[in-house]
Amino acid sequence: MTKVNVYVTLRESVVDPQGTAAKQALQAIGYDEVESVRIGKLIELELEGTANEIDTRVKEMCDKLLVNKVIEDYRYEIEEVAGK
Amino acid sequence: MKFAILTFPGSGSDVDLYHAIHEVLGQEAEYVRHTESDLSDFDAVLIPSGASYGDYLRPGALALSTPVIESLKEFAASGKPVVGVGNGFQILTEAGLLPGAFLRNKGLKFRSGNTKLTVQNAETIFTSEYEQGQEISIPFAHEYGNYFVDEQTITELKNDQRIVFTYANDNVDGSTEAIAGVLNEQGNVLGMMPLPDRAVEEIIGGTDGLPLFNSIVKRWSEQNVSQA
Repeated sequence: MTKVNVYVTLRESVVDPQGTAAKQALQAIGYDEVESVRIGKLIELELEGTANEIDTRVKEMCDKLLVNKVIEDYRYEIEEVAGK
Repeated sequence: MKFAILTFPGSGSDVDLYHAIHEVLGQEAEYVRHTESDLSDFDAVLIPSGASYGDYLRPGALALSTPVIESLKEFAASGKPVVGVGNGFQILTEAGLLPGAFLRNKGLKFRSGNTKLTVQNAETIFTSEYEQGQEISIPFAHEYGNYFVDEQTITELKNDQRIVFTYANDNVDGSTEAIAGVLNEQGNVLGMMPLPDRAVEEIIGGTDGLPLFNSIVKRWSEQNVSQA
């Protein structure tokens, strides 16, 4: 079993109102050093397959469904899950 | 004229669309479930609002995994009219049938009410019964109504007059160029966030949505009935 973490973030050209609100909240409680907050999401997949297969298939899953490339970017990390 | 109204788990305004088409316009309407895969019997397809699949992942995204979406793509390619309202618009962008994508409202809140729209192009098959520049009042209800398109696409949309409706006074949710409704390149697929199916009778607060459905029927009648 392999675990893949897909990190989905809004593209830089896209305004993130949630991030802006969180930044203002952080500043309001004293964290004045915060210049920017961007909020994304983490998708955890567990799947079977060889490293090569997983790489190809995860890319496909991102392009077809998990990520909307008009507004989002993504990257992913592949890790073996021991004992599963 | 026979309309298909697509239904997905979580669809909401399918009943409103059915009422508008069947009771108010007196045309044929039939619900088509997401599991079906044949739309060849229909003259037009309507995609309702609501939150299909609870807006999980992204609004409209999970609808892409259903059989009816493949037939919708074929139907759209055949040139017959397709209208998606609210979540239906989001499904059309996720399916790649319309440009752009949806973000959460700029104010981060679900909002609903009536909004004023400007008819930016009255020469489409969906708007021929409106006047160019006419201001209309249409209900809306959305949390992800912030329509985003990149600069290059905006230029294309403007050049080809594919921006059909814009928010007239307030663009509270932050849509690019105050866009409320757009057309595909061929001019037969319309997506709009406001809900014209909720403005078809005086008793529910107005009839400004009616000309949209009448435009579709009129166009179809001109092409099909006059030849008989």
